[in-house]
Amino acid sequence: MIHTADSSSPSPAPPPDAGPVVALQEVSVAFDGPPVLSDITFSVAPGETRVLLGPAGVGKSVLLKLIIGLLRPQQGNIMLFGEDISRIPEEKLFPLRTRAGMVFQEGALFDSLTVRDNVAYQLIQERVPDDEIDSRVHEALSFVGLEQTFDLYPASLSGGMRRRVAIARALIRQPELLLYDSPTGGLDPVTSNTIIELIVKQRDVHRSPSLLVTHRLQDAFTLCNHRYDSEQGHMVPLPPGETNRNTTFLMLDEGRLIFDGSLHELVHSENEFVREFLQ
Amino acid sequence: MATNRIENTAKQIVLTVQDYFLFAGRAFLNLFRPPIYWTDFLTQSDIIGVGSLPIVILSGFFTGGVLALQSASTLSEFGAAAVTGQFVSLTMIRELGAVLTGIMVSGRNASSMASELGSMVVTEQIDAMRALGVDPLRKLVTPRIFASILMLLLLTIVADAFGIVGGAAVTVFLNHQNGTQYFHMAYEHLRYPDIIQGLVKPLFFGYILGSIGCFYGMRTTGGTEGVGRATISAVVNSSVLIIAVDFLITHVLLSIFPT
Repeated sequence: MIHTADSSSPSPAPPPDAGPVVALQEVSVAFDGPPVLSDITFSVAPGETRVLLGPAGVGKSVLLKLIIGLLRPQQGNIMLFGEDISRIPEEKLFPLRTRAGMVFQEGALFDSLTVRDNVAYQLIQERVPDDEIDSRVHEALSFVGLEQTFDLYPASLSGGMRRRVAIARALIRQPELLLYDSPTGGLDPVTSNTIIELIVKQRDVHRSPSLLVTHRLQDAFTLCNHRYDSEQGHMVPLPPGETNRNTTFLMLDEGRLIFDGSLHELVHSENEFVREFLQ
Repeated sequence: MATNRIENTAKQIVLTVQDYFLFAGRAFLNLFRPPIYWTDFLTQSDIIGVGSLPIVILSGFFTGGVLALQSASTLSEFGAAAVTGQFVSLTMIRELGAVLTGIMVSGRNASSMASELGSMVVTEQIDAMRALGVDPLRKLVTPRIFASILMLLLLTIVADAFGIVGGAAVTVFLNHQNGTQYFHMAYEHLRYPDIIQGLVKPLFFGYILGSIGCFYGMRTTGGTEGVGRATISAVVNSSVLIIAVDFLITHVLLSIFPT
């Protein structure tokens, strides 16, 4: 039997009646061929972490880009922070996007800028004073454990460090929604664990709603079975049989959403593809 | 089968042209709507203007020299070697200064714009910029286009000046003619319409090379190989378009200011 546990957190829980941060209604998209995604419907509630599972090439990254308006659906509606972004002009999307943070698959750091300028990119555009930028960048880099990289360029960072800097960049304005696109893809197990620990920390300390795309089951289970212990300063396992109740799962197969539910429901699913994926 | 292929190619070309005009038009209008990224404009002006100065000076100087060399022998057959200065200055100012500078700067900067923006596209940096709430068209494209226009105007003036100096060097040191006479002829026969013609062209050429370099960069697909293709397309299309537009502008300006 799996029990659910709410992680200890200094941040107040979101009001239970608050609407979803993201809601997709029968969304379909295609690029000069058969549909990449068909009739996708799900939502992300405030304080909720959703893990989007599925094999490579199934449309997981496309789904994230649809949510933040980088791609547009051919059918269906996407509500972001209560606004329908499916057909609004690009100019109106920019202010909405500043309220969300996205971590791209390979980090997508700007090569020509230092780590400081990468992390502070939004603040620089908003003409925040330099002193405040420096202090907030130090704070964000300290969160991901990379304060020493302040003046370095992305080219001199390892793959794992780039992802952590990308997380710092996504977090610097304390976004209302976090989107992680395969943040551990291609990394060694130790570095992957460091990244997952950061995501758990962000989830439990700041209660940011998030959607994490991954094809690594191990990462998904770690997210569900661990909590961040602020006193010890690292991630600790939940008692046996307990899982984080705000972390739930979605699974895509051939462009269709075939599963939406908790860890308990996932491991007991009768769906053939889900069972095969878990094995 | 072959008809289908021709039809698809034709559609693709029409769509590309339509996309280009929409892209270039939006980038142009952005200059009149805030936010305007002045720092990026200055940075690009430095890269395009100061960075291209050596190649523009050298190509201008030697083109002027070649013009003087080639013209002197022909003109002397008619006893008109004295008009070498007039020939060099008019050719450089009305035509070659602008076209040569446009093609040289296109080879250097349209390619660098396409490859830089193309690399940003394939590494998702452009998507990251959009996700951070910044419009890449305003931040990356508009400053590059307007820096190209302004810098090409200034570089053309430099190319014209060094072309005339190059012609003078050949006239004095190789053809052993009088330098004062060369400069006198070069200056005396110059009219305002000639100068207007020489200064209108780089405005169009700068817009062409900036917008085409950015256009191909921003629509890069297919990884690093795609970046290479985008770079080639940017240089080839901007160079050909510069020459084609030069013909059109010359035709229009000659009808406005007949010689």
